[in-house]
Parts: sequence; C-alpha cells; structure tokens
Amino acid sequence: MSAAAGALERAYRDERAAVLATITRRLGGDLALAEDVVQDAFVVAAVDWDRRGAPERPGAWLTTTAWRKALARLRHDRVAAAYVPETPMTSEFEFDDSSLDDDQLAMLFACCHPALAPESRMALTLRSVAGLTVPEIARAFLSSEAAMERRLGRARRKVSDARIPVSVPSDDLLPERLAGVLRVVYLIFTEGHGAVRGDLCEEAIRLARLLVRLMPDESEARGLLALLSLTDARRAARMADGELVALPEQDRSLWDAERIAEGRALLGGIKSPPTPYVIQAAISALHSTAPSWEATDWPQIAALYAELQRYDGSPVVAVNRAVAVGFADGPRAGLALLDAAAQDERLARYQPLHAARAELLTRAGEDADEAYARAIELTANEAERAALSRRRAS
Amino acid sequence: MQYLLQFTYRPGEGPEEGTPEFDAEMKVWHELNEELRTSGQYLAASGLKVDAATTVRKTGDEVTVTDGPFAETKEILFSFYILEVPDLDAAIAVAARTPAAEYGSVDIRPMVGASFA
Repeated sequence: MSAAAGALERAYRDERAAVLATITRRLGGDLALAEDVVQDAFVVAAVDWDRRGAPERPGAWLTTTAWRKALARLRHDRVAAAYVPETPMTSEFEFDDSSLDDDQLAMLFACCHPALAPESRMALTLRSVAGLTVPEIARAFLSSEAAMERRLGRARRKVSDARIPVSVPSDDLLPERLAGVLRVVYLIFTEGHGAVRGDLCEEAIRLARLLVRLMPDESEARGLLALLSLTDARRAARMADGELVALPEQDRSLWDAERIAEGRALLGGIKSPPTPYVIQAAISALHSTAPSWEATDWPQIAALYAELQRYDGSPVVAVNRAVAVGFADGPRAGLALLDAAAQDERLARYQPLHAARAELLTRAGEDADEAYARAIELTANEAERAALSRRRAS
Repeated sequence: MQYLLQFTYRPGEGPEEGTPEFDAEMKVWHELNEELRTSGQYLAASGLKVDAATTVRKTGDEVTVTDGPFAETKEILFSFYILEVPDLDAAIAVAARTPAAEYGSVDIRPMVGASFA
C-alpha cells in the first residue's frame, strides 16, 4: 500500500466520524447532506492525495473539502429552489484537531439517541461512526440494500428534522445516554454473535474500544469491552459442522488466548463497584480460565449471577443462575431455583429452562424423560436436538 | 428550533379537579410557565377543553361535522406548549419536567414554517 493510501485508510477509520460531526453541526443538523459531502470529500482525497501526497492534517483537509462541496450544493439548491435554510455561506472554516475525540463521541451519541428507533440506532452507528457501507450493513442485518438505504434515510431525516443534537450530552444526561450507547454497541455484537458473524462482532469491539479510549473513567464501557472480548474469544469454537456448539461442548483449545488476556486485563483495571456488564464479563472470565465445564469455579459464578439478577430479571439470567447453583450446591438447589423461575408463564416455551431442568433432574437421579421431551420439542438446532436425545437415552 | 409539545392523558389518570393534588399540579405548571417565559423559551401555551372537541371533514362539497374525536382516541389531548429551544434534548428536558410526563405522555413535534400573529 502506498503512503497516500495508508493515510487515506487511517483518516477514514479515525477521522471520518469527527469530520461528519463537524459538517453536520455546521449544516444545522443536516446529516443526510453531511454524509453525501463527506463521502465526496473522501473520493476527492483518493485522487488528490495519491497525486500530491497526503496533507499534514488529513481531518482539516477533509473537513474543508467536504464543506466546499456542501456550499456548492447549497448554492445550487438556492438557485434551484430559491430557498435554503439558515446556513452561513462563508467558506472560512476552522477545523479543530483538538476536538477530534469529542466530535467522534458526539456522532456516536447522536446515532444512539433514544428518539431514534432501536434498529435504526444500530444501522446509523455502523454507517456514520464505524463507516461501514450500506451494502455491508444490509448484509449484516440480512436486509436488502434498498430497505437499509430507506431505514438510514429515515433516521438521518429524523436527526435533521427533530434536531437531534450532534454533541456530547450534558453531565446530567450523560449516564443515561451512555448506557444507551453501550446498549447499541452490545446489540450490534449480539446481532453478530447470534448469527456467528465475525464482522459485526469486530465492529462492536472496535466501537467499545473507542469508547474506553475516549471515556477512560467509565467502568461500564470498560466492562462492556471486557465482556465482548471474552465472549468473542470463543468464536472459533462456537461452530462445528455448520451448527452452533454450546459452551459445555466447546473445544477450549480453539479459544483465542489473546482476546481472553485482553478481557481479563480490562477487568483487573476496574476499581468501582460491579455493574451489569462488569458482572457478565467477570462470569465470562471465569469460564475462560476453567479447564473444563465441570471444573469451573461454579460457586463464584453462582454468586455473580445472584448479583446480576438484581439488575436483570430476565429468564436468561434466572436459568443461568440455576445451572450454576446446580453445580455449586448440588442439583436439588438448582432445581428449586428453576421451579421458582418457571412460575413465570412466559417461560413455558423457553427451551434453555427445560434443557437445564432435564440435566438437573438426571443428576439428582430423578425421572427426566418428560423434561427432555419438552426441551427437544422446543429445539430448532439439529445438533442440539441430537445431543439432548443422546442424553435422554443414556 | 420550534417544537410543539402535546400533553395527553388517559381517562381516569392524573389528579382530579378540586383535589389538593390537582392544585399542586397547577402550581408546577405555573412555575414552569414562568421559568420558560423568563428564559425566552416560551412562545405559546394553552389548555384545551377536552370534552368539547369537534371534527370537520369535507368530501366534495359536503362538510361533515362530528362530535369528537373521542371514540377512537385512548389518549386525550388536553394542553400544548410551543417552545423555542436549541435542540431536541432541550425540548425533552422541558417535557420531562411537566406533570403530564408522569401520569400521561408528552409528544414532541418539530415545527416547520410556523408563523405567529
């Protein structure tokens, strides 16, 4: 790769979101136009930098170029429609390198604004912060390019029309809004993780890393990055012969030691009291260092799930806690927790509950046939059905 | 940026007129109104007579006037604000402070091409 191409790639990765934030603000919130002209600026850069070499301040160069493009468009529109919203037409423009980080954050907070639909937040974040192309995002969400373009278009119009601020929220709003941003990053990851799509997992980890770098004092951001690294470390072991492999059956030699080390190091640096992502990361770290499913530190995992349940009343947490307690304190203690959780009627068709119940009943030496039958009935995954049937027969 | 804030409640929710809770709510509205006037964010506001709405539709030359709209709406529009604030977060901040946000809901609609007498 030539020096110019390298500089362009770096600028795209590190400065695009900040340039976009600056231009959007300057255009009074018109994110749609800003996207277009920033894209144009990168096209110009590809030719210009190759010929003349990369500029000393790529971000400033791109911002000025994008702004000139925006002015040209606005002048054209003004002639065409004799109407342009109150935008200063001056071409003098200072790009402030020192606000690069803040501008990236500003873009991230705008894309994850709660006034946008949740699925639009993910798509817009991937486009305007991570810089993924529309076809890439469409593929990631198994959507058509046209549908994704429409969704992004609507989201951008909402940012412009409702004037969603492209700025870092004030201190009183920050905790709540940051939680929303972390949630979007987490959902991008789970979207990729569920479908075993490494590209989305990588993007989510990159975004989490950016947040940790820009907001180093936020332990939930750190906890999220730790959780994503530790979970993603198991990616290679999660698929075998085209089927998902559950944690107990995974080949642990395939786990990514580097990612595990990164996750554990992040966790080690957190001093504040545990919060949901930090707790989940701690659970994941214990799994990551266990030699086998059986030889896992179950008492500590059970205690962490109990802590997590205080924040998260979801069935996933309730069932996972019962499984951990089943190992830590014996199958009957686990069954007692499962039976309590099963009071919730919504769990009648929750497969993991019935699979866990079958397992615990077997270990308690009781009749597990009915529980196995129910779990098998609710399992769509062929490999998992086969594994359950084997255990039922043994 | 100008926003219309629409305040709605569901029948049976919120304090009833004549109760101390209702008086307390009115006090919160008045204080908020004063504050918004002082800060220059206030353009207009009004309560609405909720039981006296009339709907008009025209098909061809025929004008149909009906009582309502109540039957099809579960949420009753009872008041509005028109604000001049920098951005959506500022509008949300005002909305969140209104009593309606607690027992009803607030819809924020960005205005376009507004003009006032």
